[in-house]
Parts: sequence; C-alpha cells; structure tokens
Amino acid sequence: MNFSEVFKQSNQLCKVSPDGKYLATCVQYRLVVRDMSTLQILQLYTCLDQISHMDWSSDSLFILCAMYKRGLVQVWSLEQPDWHCKIDEGSIGLLSSRWSPDGRHILNTTEFHLRITVWSLCTKAVSYIKYPKACQKGIDFSRDGCYMALAERRDCKDYVSVFVCDDWHLLRHFETETQDLGGLEWSPNGCVLAVWDSCLEYKVLLYSLDGRLLSTYSAYEWSLGVKTVTWSPSSQFLAIGSYDEKVRVLNHITWKKITQFEHPATINNTKAVVYKEVERRPAVGADDLSLHNITIGTTLFNTQSKYEICPPPVQIPVVKPDPDRANPKIGVSTLAFSSDSRYLATKNDNMASVVWVWDMQNMSLEAVLEQCSAVRCFQWDPRRPRLALCTGNSKLYLWSPAGCVSVEVPTEGGFQVQSLNWHCSGDSLILLGKEQLLKLTETQRTLEYTSGLPSHTHLAGNV
Amino acid sequence: MGEWWTTVPIGTSMGNYEASRISHATMSPSRQNNYVSMYSLPLSKSSYSVISAFCTEDNISPCISYINQELDSLGLSSICIEASSPGGAGLSAVPALNAMYELLQIHRRNMCTLEELEKEQLKKTSSLEHMQMNNSRLKDQLELSIREKSGLHETERQLQLKIKTLQSCLKTEKDEVQKLQNIIASRASQYSHDAKRKEREASKLKERLSQLLVDRKDKKLAIDVLNCLGRSDGRRSHWKTAKATASHEGEMYKSLLSDYEASQRSLMLENAELKKVLQQMKKEMIHILSPRQSSSRRATADDTQEQVDSDGEEKAGDSSRETLDQSCEHAREQLTNSIRQQWRKLRNHMEKLDSQASQVQNQLESNKEVIPRETHDEEMERMRHEVQQCKEFIHTQQQLLQQQLNTSFDDETAALLNDCYTLEEKERLKEEWRLFEEQKRNFERERKNFTEAAIRLGREKKAFQEDRATWLKNQFLNMTPFTDRRRCSSSDGHSALSIRSEPEMRISSTNTQPAKSSTYATFSTPKPTQSATVPSTTELYRTLRLIPDSSSSRHSNRGFWQESSTTEDGDARFKSKSRVRCGDLSIFSLGEDENSLT
Repeated sequence: MNFSEVFKQSNQLCKVSPDGKYLATCVQYRLVVRDMSTLQILQLYTCLDQISHMDWSSDSLFILCAMYKRGLVQVWSLEQPDWHCKIDEGSIGLLSSRWSPDGRHILNTTEFHLRITVWSLCTKAVSYIKYPKACQKGIDFSRDGCYMALAERRDCKDYVSVFVCDDWHLLRHFETETQDLGGLEWSPNGCVLAVWDSCLEYKVLLYSLDGRLLSTYSAYEWSLGVKTVTWSPSSQFLAIGSYDEKVRVLNHITWKKITQFEHPATINNTKAVVYKEVERRPAVGADDLSLHNITIGTTLFNTQSKYEICPPPVQIPVVKPDPDRANPKIGVSTLAFSSDSRYLATKNDNMASVVWVWDMQNMSLEAVLEQCSAVRCFQWDPRRPRLALCTGNSKLYLWSPAGCVSVEVPTEGGFQVQSLNWHCSGDSLILLGKEQLLKLTETQRTLEYTSGLPSHTHLAGNV
Repeated sequence: MGEWWTTVPIGTSMGNYEASRISHATMSPSRQNNYVSMYSLPLSKSSYSVISAFCTEDNISPCISYINQELDSLGLSSICIEASSPGGAGLSAVPALNAMYELLQIHRRNMCTLEELEKEQLKKTSSLEHMQMNNSRLKDQLELSIREKSGLHETERQLQLKIKTLQSCLKTEKDEVQKLQNIIASRASQYSHDAKRKEREASKLKERLSQLLVDRKDKKLAIDVLNCLGRSDGRRSHWKTAKATASHEGEMYKSLLSDYEASQRSLMLENAELKKVLQQMKKEMIHILSPRQSSSRRATADDTQEQVDSDGEEKAGDSSRETLDQSCEHAREQLTNSIRQQWRKLRNHMEKLDSQASQVQNQLESNKEVIPRETHDEEMERMRHEVQQCKEFIHTQQQLLQQQLNTSFDDETAALLNDCYTLEEKERLKEEWRLFEEQKRNFERERKNFTEAAIRLGREKKAFQEDRATWLKNQFLNMTPFTDRRRCSSSDGHSALSIRSEPEMRISSTNTQPAKSSTYATFSTPKPTQSATVPSTTELYRTLRLIPDSSSSRHSNRGFWQESSTTEDGDARFKSKSRVRCGDLSIFSLGEDENSLT
C-alpha cells in the first residue's frame, strides 16, 4: 500500500469526483481541486466564507460550495475556471443544498423547511416546492436520475410527491399511511419507493412509482421502531434496522420478511468468524524516553494492533442505554450492502465497537469484527466485497471474505482516521482525519495478498 | 403354686384324721396329686418330722386305707398297699413301692406339663408385651399423621388465602394497567392533538413567513451566473405542456412496465426451473415406486385396491406430463395432484419398508435364537481349528525360511540347490533349443532359397551356354570383314548376362553336383581354345569394367554371397560369419534331432 502525503482539509469536506478523476477538498474558505492520481493541484477557488458543504455535480464538471451561515451557494466550473455562479437564499436562510441529478439544477432547502428552492443554472429560473417535511431522509432521487421523491407535510398528514427531474413536473402526489413519515428511499431500479414511519412506530410502506401501495410491513407495535432502511444494490432485498437490535430483510416479490439478523451479546454461532482486535503497546524502556525520541513524533506511542480469531462463545461489550434520554443509543443504525449484494454490514449502536457482516446468500452471520474502540465509519469497496472501517485511531481496518487486516497509517503526528471514502475504482481510499486527509493507493491487492496468509495477520505500515 | 403351699397348712392343721379324710375325699384330683406328691417325697423315715408327719405309729392302718382310697381315686386300683401284718406297723413292700413308683411317674409327668405350661405362658406374655408395644407405636403414628394432616390443612388454607390475595393483587394490577393504558392513550391523543395544533401553528407561521418574504420582495434572494449553461443532455428546455405531461406519464408507465416484465421474466424462469424439478421428482418417484410396489403388491393381498388407485394415478401423471408443456392451470393442478399422490405413495412405501425392516430385524433376532448353539459352536470350533492349522503352516514356513537363512549349506540344501541349478539349466537349454530351432528354420529357408537360386542359375547357365555358343559362332563369323560392327552389338547384348555368370560358377563349386560339374567341364573345355584366339570372358568383362579385378576374383571361390555383394569388405565379413554360423547351426540341429528322438 502506498500512502500519500498528508493534506489539509476542514469540516471533513473532501470528495472524489463521480468520474474518479479529481479530488476536491475544502480548506476553510478555499476549494482545492487535485488530480486524483498525482494529487497535483489543478484548480484553486476562493469562496466568500468558510465552506460548510461541498458537492460534485454528476458530470464532474461543477462543484457546489454551500455556506449555510451566510445562506450562500457558490458553484465553480472545472472547465472554465473564471466561470462563477453565486446563489443567495437571502434572509430566509439555508439548511441544505444539493445538486439535481442532471447537474444543472441546485435544490436548496431553506430554514424551517419552509420550502425547497430549485435554481436552474441553464435558465436562471427559480421554482419553489412548498411544504417539505423535516425528517431523517425527506428527499431522494432515483438511481437513474429521472425521478425525485419528496416527503411533504400538509394539514398534519404525510404526502409524497414524485417529480420528474427533467422539468420538475409533478408526476404523482399521494398521501401515505404514516403517522409521522421518517424517510423514503427509491429502490435501485427506481420502481419501488420505500417509506417508513418515524421511530415511534414500526411501519414500512412500499409504493410503486405510480403511487400504488404495494405492501405494508410492521414487525411489532408500541416500542421504538425503524432506525434505518437500506436497499440492496440488486433491489432484491430491503434491510430494515430497528431499535430492537435486529435487522429484518424483506424480499422484493412478496415484500415479506425473509429473515432477521439478531445482534446478540454472546455469539454462539460456530460458523461465524469472530475477529477481535488486540492492542499491544510497545514496551518503552527508560532510555527510550529521551527528548529526541519524543520529538520524533507520537508514532512511538501508537499502539500496534492485530486481529485474533476468537472461538465461540464470544461475549461482546454492550453499553446499556440510558432509558431517560431521547434517541437511545440502541438498535441497528447503520446498514451497508456490498456492491455485489452478497454481504451486509451492520452496526448495533449499543455495541459500538462491533461490526457485523452477514452473508446474504446463506442468510447467516459471516464475520464479526470486534474493535478496541467505537467504529466511526465503514464503507464497502465499490467493486469488490471488501469492507473498510475506521475507529478514530491511526489505523485502517479492512475485511474481506479472505480475512481481516489492520493497517497503521504511517504519518508523523498521529493521523486519526475519522472517516473514509473509497475511490469509485476501488483501488484507492481517501482517509479523513480531523484536519487532514491522505490518499491510500493499493500497489497490490492487500486483502488478496493477505488471503494467502493466516487471515488475522497484522500488516503494519508500508505494506 | 400358691395352692400347693396352702394345702400344706390345711393338711397339717387337721388335727383330726377323719375330718381331713373327708375333706381330702372331696378334693380335686390335682390337689390330691399335689398332696400325694408332697408326701411321696419325704417318705424316708429318717427325714420326716414327727409334728408334720402324716402317719404315725398309731394310725398306720387308717393311713394305709386312706392311701389305698386315694390310690383308688387316682385310678391305681390295681395296687393296694397292705400292712405286712394286720395291726402291725410294717408295710408289705412290693405294692407300696409300686404305688410309689406310679405316683412318682405321675408326678414327673405333671412336672413336665407344668414346665410346658410355664413356657407357654412366658411366650404368651412376651407376645402380649410385643402386641402392646406395637399398639402403642401405631397409636403414636396415628397421632402424628393426624397432626400432619392438620398441618397440611393449615398450609392449604394459608395458600388459598395467598392465592386470594394474589388474585386480588392481580386484579388491582390489571386495573392499574388498564388505567395506565388509558392514561397513555389519553396522553397520546392529547399529545397528538397538541402536536397537530403546534404543527398547524408552525405551518401557519411558515405560511406567514413565506408570505412576508414574498411581500418584502427580498432583494437578496438572487442567482448570479456569469453565463447560462446548456443542459447536460444538450437539449433546450421546453415548456410544460399537456403533451409533456402525457409523455412523462408514458415514460413512467414504460419504466414500470419494463420492470414488471423483467420481474415476470425472472419469475417465469424460476417457475420453469421449479417445474422441471417437480417433473424430475415425479419421474424419479414413479421410477422408484413402480417396480417395487408391484413386488410388494404381490406380497400383500390387501394392496389390490391401492394398485387400482396407483394405476389411475399413473394415468393421471402421464396425462399431466403430456399437458405440462402447455403450462395451463389445469395441467399444473394435475401435476401437483399427481406429485402429491406419488409422494403419498412414496411415504406409504417408506413406512412399509420401515415396518418390513423392523420385522426383518425381529426375524433376524429370532433366527439368531433359532440357530442351534451346537452348530454355531461347531462352526466356531472348525474355524478355530482351521485358523490354527493355517497358523501352524505359516509357522513352519517361517521356520524353514529361517533355517535356510541361518544354516550354511548342508547336504540337503545343496541337493535342493543342485536341483534348482539343473532346473535352471534345463530352462536355459530349452531356451537355446528354441533359438536353435528358429535358426534351423532360417537355415532351411536359406537352403531352399539357395536351391532355387541354383536351379535358376542352372537355367541361366544353360541360356548362357547357348549365348556363348552363339557368341562363339559370332567369333567365328568375325573372320568375315564386318566383324567390328557385329561384335559391338553382341557384346552389348551379353553385358546383362555377364553379371550372372560369376555366381553360376560358384554354385557349381559349392553344390558340387555331378551333373553341373559335368556341364561345367563341358563348358570349360572350349575355354583354352578361346583364350588362344580371342580374349577370355573374364578379360573381356574386365575391359568392359563389369567384374572386379583379381583380388575379388580370388575371394570368389569362398562363397556365393561375397561375390554377389559387390560392396565393401565389412559386409562381406558379416556374410561369411553368418555362413559359418550356419554350419554351426547344422551341428546343433543334429543334436536337437537326437534329443527329439530320445
């Protein structure tokens, strides 16, 4: 593996262009565009204020920089550096800003979810969509960019509007059978819209593109319900993570539950491999504590870690949530399917240091990664069934069916990986620290390489 | 016992004999017995005291009579004690002794019975005691159980009480739950109502806010673009029209339709696959069931009904198979039905098999018992014996081997080895014979070839002679003026023949057939005459470069092969060698002939 040098960034704003050629990062009020392969600066734009949000247009030609505090959006062109566009939402305030799938419209959500303003870069036209609902995920574009589903709230009732993104024509508008709509998401094939209720009620509704209710699913009543919903890339499964620490998987034909994955505190499953990260502090002798060594950097104090395979039964550390507080830290909040829909990675919030990987073919637990600290972020390789995760320390962890490795990020001054992003080719990875970022390129297939080794081998530093 | 003692004072207190006598007469026999026994003991004169004495010097006769009376009453009437002399003090000894003896006997008997009775009484008292103890124990037990019973009753009562209280608790809890639920429901409704109210307020506020914003004509709200961009798809934007709406709808339905089509296709595929599996299963079931069922049917008489059924099923199955490809509902139903039936059959069959298996097992077990132990043992014994034999055999073999390895060659082994060697030699000889035979065959073949060649040569020689004759004639004719031209033509004509002339000569020498030699002689005779006048044939050939020079000609008498091969020496040598071997062969072949004769 090759580690690039460390670059600055702020607000974790760092995105690879959809075509994979460029890397845009924000440093305070500057936008820096680099070449992905060489990391040479290609363009440098200066915004009016500190950037709070940045996004690439789908054609990788424009970059949107939003400054929410100022209610401003600035758009930059990669092809014409002197082209500029500035959108001012005025006194109404700005809550979020996003590109439309065609890359020629910008959708701004104003404060208090008063309205969504659609700005056209082609005609300078502005249109409003009223009554957007303030919820977990109230807006979703279909994968092909044709349709936009928007959750609305009118007269204390939930509605869904389906727009044609092409000309913002309202295609369908229907009321949903929800108490308090929590979110909506298109299936990857763009034909089914999953709508779920807020956490007070376990209810998942499936609507066809033309607004017909296909099915309703409810696992239980009374207690806190759905926490997150994710489609598999094949549109075949709908995984629902809930507050009862379970993931329920619905099929796409009958919309009934196929299976449910439980997250027990004691793993007795003999088929699953439990990888446990074991930290090992290097012994520091008294003479090593000279000033010289300390000035070298904190790498001295970095702990080494490796994975060990634990035979079942394995006890997993569980944090009991405080019942008096809202939004209890319990239940499955993060779900991610691998790109081939073969595996599902989940995280249960009261077992924050554990990532579970499920095999969707056998509908069984495949692996459990028990980290030393809470998992911050995990993401699947967009090409291969390979999971990268970070826990806010100086290590990157990778899992594949072949095994599990931890990779130390060899930087001076301790690079703490807070977040990570795969490049669309799956060959490189952007690691985001608190104020820095670096690119990690694979010179050889790390996990394929490790597959020959015992799966829990620790690979440190420059491999 | 007490009675015994009491009598004594009675007896002794009697001052008067008469009175005592009367009283004694009325006494019970047992008492009299006692009485008698008492007096029978101290009868010796020395021992009795005067005071207590029954009989004194004065009253002997009344005593005697009294005793006699007593004896009579005791049933000893035969014995009668008499005074030895009437009125005298003495007694006649014999009857008195007899009476005494009798009395003693009676006394002993009585003592014995008494003892027995005492024993019995003891026994009785002990058993009585035992009984009493038992009784008391049982009484205790009874008391205890009664107490226990009461205790249990008490606990039961308490438990019932508890249940009652718990039930009441439950009821109150239920009530509580109900109340709480009501509270929750009311609160929820209140909350939702409030939420709705607040939401309405919020929406109103939002409305107002947006209105205000619109009214204020927010100048800041603006887009500032350097120059407008083209659409990403390159088209120009168009107006919203009904047509556009329709097209959107159309597109939506199109995409929906395509999705449904795709899903239908995948479902069809899956269905087809499942159908295939079903069909396969059915086929296999039929295959499995048909032959065995028939056999089982034969076995059991009550299966005839089933047979009829199954026949019907099979028919149905066949028909369903035919119609399956049409994949209409009817066919599907039939297929599933037939599968179901087949499955039932299979299950029945399996059950039957199971039962059969268990039966067989039972039979086997019973059979095991049926096999007589003796035969089993016999068999075992036989087998053991065999094993023993085999072991011995192996052992001896091992021993022999060991011996052979250990001991040096003694006579026996030497003889054995010799035998081995002779055998080996024999083998070798046989091999050689085989070789010789082969060679002999080769030789014969060669000889045949040889003779054939000889015959051919003879013929050729003849032709040659004729040729020579003509040639000689020509020679003679050469004297004529046209000699040169003619000779040329004739030599050309003979060149081919001349090659063969050499072997011809050789054959004659080797075969040494008289006929040929004679011809040779006749042939040779004209030679000198020729040499004188004309160049000899050899000379001629040499000039014509048709035969090798003298060295080769020297070899010529060795054999036919060397000559014929006009090639190098090595080859010739080989040939000669082969010939030599041929000679050898002949010798061997003779030997073989001898062998064959013997």
